[in-house]
Amino acid sequence: MAARPCAVLGIGQTKYKRRRDDVTLDGLVREAVLRALEDAGATFDDIDAIVIGKAPDALEGVMMPLLSLCDALGAIGKPIHRVHTAGSVGASTSISAVNLVESGMYDTVLTVAYEKQSEGNATWALSGGKSGGQGAGGTFAPWIRNYIARSKAPEHIGWMVAVKDRLNALKNEYAHLHLPDISIEKVRESPMLWDPLHFLESCPSSDGAAAMVLGNDDIAKKSGRPPAWVISHAKRTEFGQFPGRDTVRPQAGVECSEALYRKVGITNPREQIDCAELYVPFSWYEPMWLEGHSIAEEGEGWKMTDAGDTELGGSFPVNMSGGVLSSNPIGASGMIRCLEAANQVRGTAGEYQVPGAKISIGHAYGGAAQYYAMWMVSSELNPVF
Amino acid sequence: MVSLAEDVAIVAFSQTPSHAHFNDSEPAMIMPCVNSVIEQVGMDRHDIDFTIAGSCDYLSGMPFAFVMNIDAVGAWPPVYESHVEMDGAWALFEGFVRLQSGDIDTVLVSGSGKCTPGSYREGFSLQTDPYVHAPIGLDPRTQAGFQAQALIAAGKATERDFAEVVARSHANAKNNPYAQLSGDLSVDDLLAEPYLQQPLRRLDCPPTSDGAGAMIIARADKARELCDNPVWIRAIDHRIESHHPTLRDLTDSPSVRIAAERVGLHDGPVDIAELTVTYSPEEIILRDALGLNGDTAVNPSGGPLTGSPFMAVGLTRVIELARAIANGDGRRGVAHASSGPALQQNLLCVLEGDS
Repeated sequence: MAARPCAVLGIGQTKYKRRRDDVTLDGLVREAVLRALEDAGATFDDIDAIVIGKAPDALEGVMMPLLSLCDALGAIGKPIHRVHTAGSVGASTSISAVNLVESGMYDTVLTVAYEKQSEGNATWALSGGKSGGQGAGGTFAPWIRNYIARSKAPEHIGWMVAVKDRLNALKNEYAHLHLPDISIEKVRESPMLWDPLHFLESCPSSDGAAAMVLGNDDIAKKSGRPPAWVISHAKRTEFGQFPGRDTVRPQAGVECSEALYRKVGITNPREQIDCAELYVPFSWYEPMWLEGHSIAEEGEGWKMTDAGDTELGGSFPVNMSGGVLSSNPIGASGMIRCLEAANQVRGTAGEYQVPGAKISIGHAYGGAAQYYAMWMVSSELNPVF
Repeated sequence: MVSLAEDVAIVAFSQTPSHAHFNDSEPAMIMPCVNSVIEQVGMDRHDIDFTIAGSCDYLSGMPFAFVMNIDAVGAWPPVYESHVEMDGAWALFEGFVRLQSGDIDTVLVSGSGKCTPGSYREGFSLQTDPYVHAPIGLDPRTQAGFQAQALIAAGKATERDFAEVVARSHANAKNNPYAQLSGDLSVDDLLAEPYLQQPLRRLDCPPTSDGAGAMIIARADKARELCDNPVWIRAIDHRIESHHPTLRDLTDSPSVRIAAERVGLHDGPVDIAELTVTYSPEEIILRDALGLNGDTAVNPSGGPLTGSPFMAVGLTRVIELARAIANGDGRRGVAHASSGPALQQNLLCVLEGDS
């Protein structure tokens, strides 16, 4: 039997900020969940199952936190399931929730992802619990340098992405960073963290939660809310280290997007997809993922950035919401990419809406750029490509 | 009972012994299980459609510990794979759900946990909320003690009942090569033991264990192709209860009652029940909530009181039941997994043999 169609029917986000000390963990997830339920025109009674995701438990020091959050999530008497796939977890969680709907076993599923980084030490956790670790930027910087060497990209590309995403964030009330006076000069002059990454080319450390209500085709019809149909999803994993590994354009990323496109017959993603929310925690990952997911040819991704194609008014807008560079509650960041892609095809993206967007993708990666999770959403159930 | 789009069967399973201490890495513990199930079905590992694992970073004391476990699965060329920060039984749940979409045929499921490197009680006390319960160190054994005391206070059980569960579990484990503890214990001797945490004695509590398990599940046509004697997963469901022990009736398990209804537990005979009885009083609650009578063999493997590798222990219940059914010890049964303190979250899986 074929999979049951699944749509995003409600979206909720918290304000992302450095420190949400006005709420507990329970309060944080509940804020996003109540907004998603309201957006879906649903209540907790309508929810058949809950799927929750976050990055390592050690970030907040709560082991298997679904156990202590289940009351706040309205999960009592229901199935609640926890996903953890490193930085890709927000997108993996979204996809696991889709699986529940597609299985036909659950009609309406609530999914939520969060991080409250102010309660822990992200760089410690991201270094595998070792003090004095290199953190995520330290892992990725050499690979970025390798990309620059291979593609011969000029150094201002990273600065352009950093500015573009922060300007987009000014249109997004939930974004953590609102930097109205951001400029190429400011990025270039900001302290060097991990060559070639300056401070302003890096993501912030945020508290926040994101949630979605997903439903099958019957629920979508009844809800009357604009649906974002999840027409394709894919995940791929590879080892983080082995001789000959391409760390600039990892094979798992290439195969993940190939699988995503193949399922619905996309042959020219650049033309057939209207916009994308890609996981770009460090500026250079915009061109790297444009190439790594075959939206641009190898060596050509930076030229899209340079030409302004990835700007909000460009031919292939990327990270219209401001992206991970503007808000990064790690465990939620992948889900934010997925729900912002859904916002675009539902026409609910407000000031950062891409006019007429019908097809969009949400993307996340994690670990040593070894975990990939992507989904494609559409304003129509069966779009023809 | 929920109607299913696809029939799914277990076609291969493997488990490690429950080790008092496994003196190597977690991937080294999982790998023989993975290799075994792949060998059993005669597949190339690259032909497995989806892989999903359950484990817990906190047991290893390291964020992202699960990433290393993909060494045991093999992730080159890239694989379609996921991970739950839950017992492997929930990895099985997600694998089973994934097969219902009908576009893939096989899922490799694993669960693993090394409890011995750290302090189990300290670690697991962090399962409670960080504001009220964790700061007072409300660890699982303490909550199990509350539960035991509540049972006694309600007149639903006595310490002798607990000791009988222990004695039977250890006796059953004599036939189980994977068990960590086994033997003939007298109930009177058990009752003469000092309390560890009143009213619990040492053997009312599980041993500290390291272990892993793995299985391959497949859609019906593929299952028959891969295996002469598939064990069918007729239903699987899980439910949770409040985090706050004071908001629960600790002498009952409403989550198990809902799950039992959802999986149609009593739509057929229940020959065998493999239950995650981590503390002996839990068996009394589970038997009652499941509505089991004397016709059901409970924990013929010995259960977690005789070996309890957390994060694998629930999946191991499914494996023990599948083995018993494949061996013809029964035709239909239920496996139970649990997560959280005092049976907070519970999963039921109904298995049935072909014949």
